[in-house]
Amino acid sequence: MHHMTIAQLSRELANKTFSSVELTQHFIDRIKQYDPTLNSFITVTEAQALSAAKAADAVRAAGKAGILTGIPIAQKDIFCTQGVKTSCGSKMLDNFISPYNATLIEKCNAAGLVMLGKTNMDEFAMGSSNETSFYGSVKNPWETAYVPGGSSGGSAAAVAARLAPCATGTDTGGSIRQPAALCNLVGLKPTYGRVSRYGMIAFASSLDQAGPMTLTAEDAALLLHAMAGFDEKDSTSIQAPVPDYTAHLNDSLEGLRIGLPQEYFGEGLDPRVGQLIEEAGRCFEKLGAKLVKISLPHTHFSVPAYYVVAPAECSSNLSRFDGVRYGYRCENPIDLEDLYKRSRGEGFGNEVKRRIMVGTYALSAGYYDAFYGKAQKIRQLITQDFKHAFKEVDVILGPTTPNPAFKLGEKKNDPISMYLSDIYTIATNLAGLPGMSLPAGFIDQLPIGMQLIGNYLQEGQLLNVAHRYQQVTDWHTRTPNNYR
Amino acid sequence: MIIDETIVNRIAHLARLSLQDGDMPVLTDSLSKVFTLLEQVSAIDTGDCAAMAHPLEGHLRWREDNVTEHNQRDAFLHIAPRAEAGLFLVPSVIE
Repeated sequence: MHHMTIAQLSRELANKTFSSVELTQHFIDRIKQYDPTLNSFITVTEAQALSAAKAADAVRAAGKAGILTGIPIAQKDIFCTQGVKTSCGSKMLDNFISPYNATLIEKCNAAGLVMLGKTNMDEFAMGSSNETSFYGSVKNPWETAYVPGGSSGGSAAAVAARLAPCATGTDTGGSIRQPAALCNLVGLKPTYGRVSRYGMIAFASSLDQAGPMTLTAEDAALLLHAMAGFDEKDSTSIQAPVPDYTAHLNDSLEGLRIGLPQEYFGEGLDPRVGQLIEEAGRCFEKLGAKLVKISLPHTHFSVPAYYVVAPAECSSNLSRFDGVRYGYRCENPIDLEDLYKRSRGEGFGNEVKRRIMVGTYALSAGYYDAFYGKAQKIRQLITQDFKHAFKEVDVILGPTTPNPAFKLGEKKNDPISMYLSDIYTIATNLAGLPGMSLPAGFIDQLPIGMQLIGNYLQEGQLLNVAHRYQQVTDWHTRTPNNYR
Repeated sequence: MIIDETIVNRIAHLARLSLQDGDMPVLTDSLSKVFTLLEQVSAIDTGDCAAMAHPLEGHLRWREDNVTEHNQRDAFLHIAPRAEAGLFLVPSVIE
């Protein structure tokens, strides 16, 4: 059962090969067996999951099941889940039981998905390795001495190890796509505003987006359809109809123009990764696509611009954690200032404190224009680069990461090196475009992902391109040795 | 860009973050490196390009002036670190 995709599981549930209760129990048993090694879950909601599975089976018996009814899912611990601990990977929220559901959770529940639990993540989504979590590092199921990527590392590890058939992630600078690449999954960051952020604990409000992490593009299409849509409660939610993302999965790629940015294939890229992406390009040519060389000239400014904008926004968003209304409070505060400072100083981890401080400085008097004001203008230039490119091409192809997964601890004390590894994913968030990573091969038994970037609200096209590639390749079918 | 102890202490105060004694050397070093990276931002010539605050164009939506929320005071106070008589409790600010 754990090797099946959502699409396959849905057919077997419809055929009554097994029940949702049996399916859910199977994944819970696998979590108990394998997760002590991986540490991909912070909270496993066993009783709630089995109750939801039972309800799903009743819905199916009444003839009202949808395609996702009874399918288990792991939810990143950044989404508020009513009555269930929502920690965001932080000591600051270790005691937080959310009083409400995020809209995404409501939509998943309405689709009949069964929540297995809340997955581990970099603290407040700040990280690219899942090593900053208060609950400890997550291991990559492909090689447990290596990182799974982050910040959605728990979700990635859980799906890669077949502890869940799918999961949700969030992506501010690559936090769905990069762990998907390092764990051999499909990970999709939708257009900004496509999926509601209500109840998704904010890191950088102009960059954050939620999306699916799955074994296949087809599964991502099914899950995105359930997740996407306008939400009154999110003032940045797009009022655009949600298409059937599966409708055009099998469309021909004949005549599709695929752009290869010269800046994504230069210095800093492991040549073996470049070779795999070029092979993917040749595969697309055989499917009828045309490769076009393009330029995104401001690419190399995306990392410094992002690391001004994102910390600036996070310094504002995380000011709500002050020990007053929820979350961690320090012992015996002397006065209000002591309450704020020690609650925050003791409740946040080092990377979060570092980013808050970077953002605070960048927004402070005398520095605002030089850093934040300038970064906003660079953001405009990066967005214009993409707009020019999309006049010439339909999708953009490149590597998701410059290298395969690195070893646990390797970059923990070198934040700059960690930040620079986001070079290919960050610009997509700055521009608000949709991007996805899908499996493209292996280097030394570690997965490599290719990234496809689409124009605004063209998730369907990305999924079509990815699905056609997965019909002629088998990277996505491979399972880590110890989790078969 | 050199970030020294004075700057770190000022930023920490602005951000309302307490620092441990042993944090300072690591913080000054890592923040200096981060801001050396970020200095590239201020060096680029952006011409008369407009600033971009977020990807969406347009304006915030208006809505009807109707009450749509219900009182959940008890649920929200229940999760507070210290609450009493419908109030969040904090150290006294007025003597």
